[in-house]
Amino acid sequence: MFHELDVFCTWLQNTRFSLVIASVAWMIPVLQTIHILAVALVISSAFLLHLRLIGLTRGDQSPDAMARRFLPVIWATLPVLLLTGAILISAEPARSLENPSFGLKMLLLLGAIGLTALYQLKLAGDCRATGGRSLTVKVVAASSLALWTGIVLAGRWIAYTQP
Amino acid sequence: MDPTPFFIWLQNGAVPTAIREGETLFPWIESVHVLAITFVVGSIAAVDLRLLGLASRSRAVSRVAAEILPLTWIAFAAAAATGGLLFSSKAVQYAANLSFELKIGLLLLAGINMAVFQLVTFRSIGDWDGAATPPRAARLAGGLSLILWIAIVACGRTIGFTMVEIAD
Repeated sequence: MFHELDVFCTWLQNTRFSLVIASVAWMIPVLQTIHILAVALVISSAFLLHLRLIGLTRGDQSPDAMARRFLPVIWATLPVLLLTGAILISAEPARSLENPSFGLKMLLLLGAIGLTALYQLKLAGDCRATGGRSLTVKVVAASSLALWTGIVLAGRWIAYTQP
Repeated sequence: MDPTPFFIWLQNGAVPTAIREGETLFPWIESVHVLAITFVVGSIAAVDLRLLGLASRSRAVSRVAAEILPLTWIAFAAAAATGGLLFSSKAVQYAANLSFELKIGLLLLAGINMAVFQLVTFRSIGDWDGAATPPRAARLAGGLSLILWIAIVACGRTIGFTMVEIAD
């Protein structure tokens, strides 16, 4: 398994695309900056929305209106994150693909996307009906926050747990 | 006056030394710093976009600001505290790093922009609070803020590539 991953990383690293990205000095910092700015949109949206859903913040907008305001931001930003992330991986495949922090980050990301989809598809109606006070909504919101927080922390740790 | 002796004294303190020499302290503090910064930048962008007339157009500017900015200040305090700790661990190196110097300079400019907006433009908020598109001075403040914070993130990220001892 790890041998195959090594082979894949070596192949990816030597594709024309990866070589170009890796050879231009400013490319990686610029991509990382775009990646972090996109993370900023997701994190601020997630915190503003979920703190409200949990009931830790107050506002003039209903929790449901907050969800309609911030969930589209999260969904729209995810492709930017995946695209910049994928280009960064292709430039230095082993740095992330063989990295435990990266593996954890992807696992947490799957969870966060799953909970966001769950809220969007099933709980939004529940939230509308109860004014966002149902226990399920609060638990999902708190779990989402924990996952997004873990994603950012694990993301920074990639630099420190390199294979 | 050369501040280097002060920076040397600072980074030889017990806490900075522990951060510099420990295995995990620096990455943990840096991770929290990134988390705090992303909230600061994203939440300020939400207010900036309202000032530019590009988001929350049907809500009063003062409401959007009152809803978001108190949380922004909490996150900013966390970013400043963690940033101070990171700086203290390698003060001499950071102080000599161009990206770091630029980042601090841009932070000051963002502060001045915010102060000017608060003290001058915001005084007439009663006239344009509900306006979908705020007046030129408010749009200018929002646009400047957006550009400055994007540049601050870029400089912050560049520090890791221009300081050899720090992981990129």
